[in-house]
Amino acid sequence: MRVILFLIRKEFLQIFRNKSILPLILVMPVIQLFILSYAADFEIRNVRVFWMDDDQSTSSRMLLQKIQASDYFQLVDQSFSPKAADLALEQRKTDLVFHIPQEFEHNLFREGHADIQLTADAIDGTKAGLGTYYANLLIQDFSRDWLAKYGSNIHIQAASMPSIVPTYSFWYNQHLNYKTFMVPGILVMLVTMIGAFISAMNIVREKELGTIEQLNVTPIRKYQFIAGKLIPLWILGLFIFTVGLVVAKLAFHVPIIGSLFLIYGFTAIYLVMILGLGMLISTFTNTQQQAMFISWFFLVIFILMSGLFTPIENMPPWAQNLTLINPIRYFIEVIRLVMLKGAVFQDVSLQFVVIGLYAIIINGLAIWNYRKTV
Amino acid sequence: MTREAVISVHHLLKTFGSFHAVNDISFDVYRGEIFGFLGANGAGKTTAMKMLTGLWKPTSGKATVAGYDVFTQAESVKRSIGYMSQRFSLYADLTVKENIELFGGIYGLSTRHIREKRIELLSRLALTDSEHELISALPLGWKQKLAFSVAMLHDPQIIFLDEPTGGVDPITRRQFWDLIYEAADMGKTIFVTTHYMDEAEYCDRISMMVDGKITALGTPEDLKKQFLAKDMDEVFIKVARHTQPIAQ
Amino acid sequence: MKRFAAFVTKEFYHILRDKRTLVILIGMPTVMIMLFGFAITNELKEARVAFLDHSNDPQTLAIQEKILASPYFSLSGQISSPTGIEDIFRDGQTKLVMVFESDFGQRLEKDGQANIQLIADATDPNTASTVVNYAQAIILDYTRNIIPQQSTPLINVQSQMRYNPELNGVYYFVPGLIAILLMLVSAMMTSISIAREKETGTMEVLLASPMKPAQIILAKVVPYVLLSFLDAVLILTLGKFVFGVPILGSLGLLLGVTLLFILLALSLGILISTVSPNQQTALLLSLMGLMLPTILLSGFIFPIENMPLPLQVISNIIPARWFIIAVKSIMLKGSGFLLLWKEILIMFGFILFFIAVSVRKFKIRLE
Repeated sequence: MRVILFLIRKEFLQIFRNKSILPLILVMPVIQLFILSYAADFEIRNVRVFWMDDDQSTSSRMLLQKIQASDYFQLVDQSFSPKAADLALEQRKTDLVFHIPQEFEHNLFREGHADIQLTADAIDGTKAGLGTYYANLLIQDFSRDWLAKYGSNIHIQAASMPSIVPTYSFWYNQHLNYKTFMVPGILVMLVTMIGAFISAMNIVREKELGTIEQLNVTPIRKYQFIAGKLIPLWILGLFIFTVGLVVAKLAFHVPIIGSLFLIYGFTAIYLVMILGLGMLISTFTNTQQQAMFISWFFLVIFILMSGLFTPIENMPPWAQNLTLINPIRYFIEVIRLVMLKGAVFQDVSLQFVVIGLYAIIINGLAIWNYRKTV
Repeated sequence: MTREAVISVHHLLKTFGSFHAVNDISFDVYRGEIFGFLGANGAGKTTAMKMLTGLWKPTSGKATVAGYDVFTQAESVKRSIGYMSQRFSLYADLTVKENIELFGGIYGLSTRHIREKRIELLSRLALTDSEHELISALPLGWKQKLAFSVAMLHDPQIIFLDEPTGGVDPITRRQFWDLIYEAADMGKTIFVTTHYMDEAEYCDRISMMVDGKITALGTPEDLKKQFLAKDMDEVFIKVARHTQPIAQ
Repeated sequence: MKRFAAFVTKEFYHILRDKRTLVILIGMPTVMIMLFGFAITNELKEARVAFLDHSNDPQTLAIQEKILASPYFSLSGQISSPTGIEDIFRDGQTKLVMVFESDFGQRLEKDGQANIQLIADATDPNTASTVVNYAQAIILDYTRNIIPQQSTPLINVQSQMRYNPELNGVYYFVPGLIAILLMLVSAMMTSISIAREKETGTMEVLLASPMKPAQIILAKVVPYVLLSFLDAVLILTLGKFVFGVPILGSLGLLLGVTLLFILLALSLGILISTVSPNQQTALLLSLMGLMLPTILLSGFIFPIENMPLPLQVISNIIPARWFIIAVKSIMLKGSGFLLLWKEILIMFGFILFFIAVSVRKFKIRLE
């Protein structure tokens, strides 16, 4: 309707005249996208090893060579002193300590087995777990090599046991590129944050300045007011999303296997929802500080529980159920399914329905809760 | 001579917690008059006005504006009135032209109508050359005059002005009142709040609010006679002294 | 002194009356620590695995049973043909498909070798490699168990997980959580509070009063110091009593370092407010320029060692990084003051730097 068009025009004029907001909105997301994509890497690499060899035998040196040759491990120091090892752990100079006791080689030949001690800095539990796991694999590998070399010297059956050979392949992301996984999700996060903040702050700002009163005193209808705010921000949101998408493709080479049309379709509906959420928040707050704070609070929780950084499947059942009402979860699912796996509409129809319902309910609430007469 | 009451207020009350901002006021405003709603800062004038313009809900009591009940028919009230708030709420980051077009559009005026009004309005205020300037760039006096004119764009019969002349020099104030007279001559009813007592002389009738209550009501002449005062300042002082402070 | 006290009281009223913000200030630490403690983890649980079994003999079924018996895996379904793999991946739930070749059992007995194909959905690379690793381990274990004569492994590895024996994820996050929340309260809120006085013009009124500028700022800052401290103590308490996060080192040292960081965040907040003409700018600057980089680059969630070199360098100027290191060391390693001199010195340096710049900016403004 005409009234809404007038309001849209006003918003655009204000946005483009606002010299500080515009670069922040456009530049910041791009920067964040870059930084975040490079920083957000949970892959375990370069586990630092402190080597304590009390045996100094051919066998122990064989193991050392294996460690040095490995891509996973990085030898940082060696010493005889347990104190040095402890210090290295405490001062975060190493992640893992390999301790080869004195009788290592002797025991291998005499008894047919020997001990090795691994000590890990387990503050980062995942890293410690995977680090020791890889260490174990490496030691097993060493065992095979050692047996192949010296196995005939001792009466141990070589591995003529039946073996199952597992081969593995990775689909959709052959090179296990972490960025391919993270970037679409980060894009979602950015669009979400910007969308919610802009729309919440926008209305509250008018409240603080008093200009909202001048609108409230006109015969303007509530839905016209909300639509007049929603539409320009929606267009802006789609624009930012496009910029982000271009960056994702050009800078990070993220594949876009599925239909772009489908991606945009979902984003469009999602934007309506998230902008509506911002507006709903603004109907409850009177100062920009409050609006910011409340938005921040909800967003952080939603984002953390959305499967962006840590998989939803790893959460306890009660938490997984909670994520069912988390709209961000659905966007992340859709964007990963469609972009990286080429999912079609039937695969994500459930998510569409959920977000669509959300959009209607939240915007309806925003309109209902907005008071022209206080 | 029967006159039509375009604003009718009966025992209007607005409380915030235990604080009575507007404490049971009753009065009428007749068509075509300039009604001055006087009182010191914090007396409750703005609160009363916000109820009459449909912005705030009354706690109790009844009021009709242009025949519509402010409690149940707030939106109809808004269609019939113009409003200029204390904070000159035109958009500072939009130009003169853009503001006029925006509010014209919101009130449902046709594009041609808006254009006609805009040209006429700007020439009357001698602002035609400043059409493309941002509101923030205009001096305060021009902003006020512009805000008033925008409030009248849709030709409302009743105009509410909340402290329209705050912070400008006497000459600009005088110019603003010329605009008010012009509007009154066109048959419009003007409801204006102010804490400048000399402006009371410009009104047809005035009321005085002290601590949420109306303590005086009538023409300036009548009040001066009633309180044996030579000007409205003195009337106000005498009124304020007579009134007991309301126990909280 | 009385004037000062009156001023501090005023600031307290501001804060206490803003109930919504207050609720979030107390609620946020609680919610976040619950989330991190219970829900947010990289540890694999019940990963969905599907089987494409061309043999369906006792061995393949035994392997499937073993896989499903592990807490890491749960059944997604059985696939009948290779085309089903794509479909089940597209559904999104399944992480791994295990393909058993035909005549599996026979091949194992006769040839001594049989093949299993592990196909992982690698959209999440970390999960994919973990899933493959665990599956391999289980298969290996199965292999060892079917040999009639048990061969003891050549090498027996004894592992000790130091500082965090149960590999509890929460240990890693709690220090960072404190840092983030302190940044939020001390830096962001302070900057907005001061910017608000500027925006509404009351700052000028205050400056015209007999109170010195330093006193004004100090008075503004005191309530936030207390609030931040409260938040920090809240997190530490919750961490200790709900999740068993230990405080091995000296509590006094821990609180001291926390106070130091609060002062750091405050000085940063003050700095931001000197360059912000209004609240919106202070808000955006705090958020984009402070909070987000802190969350990303301080080592709170993402390990610094994994980042490319340029980001690691940048991480050095993120104040929170040093605080997090100090707190982790004190809480989980029991480190003493001597080991932390570097971090403490750096934090001091930051404080001095921020205050110096703020004072300069303030003076310029007054001229």
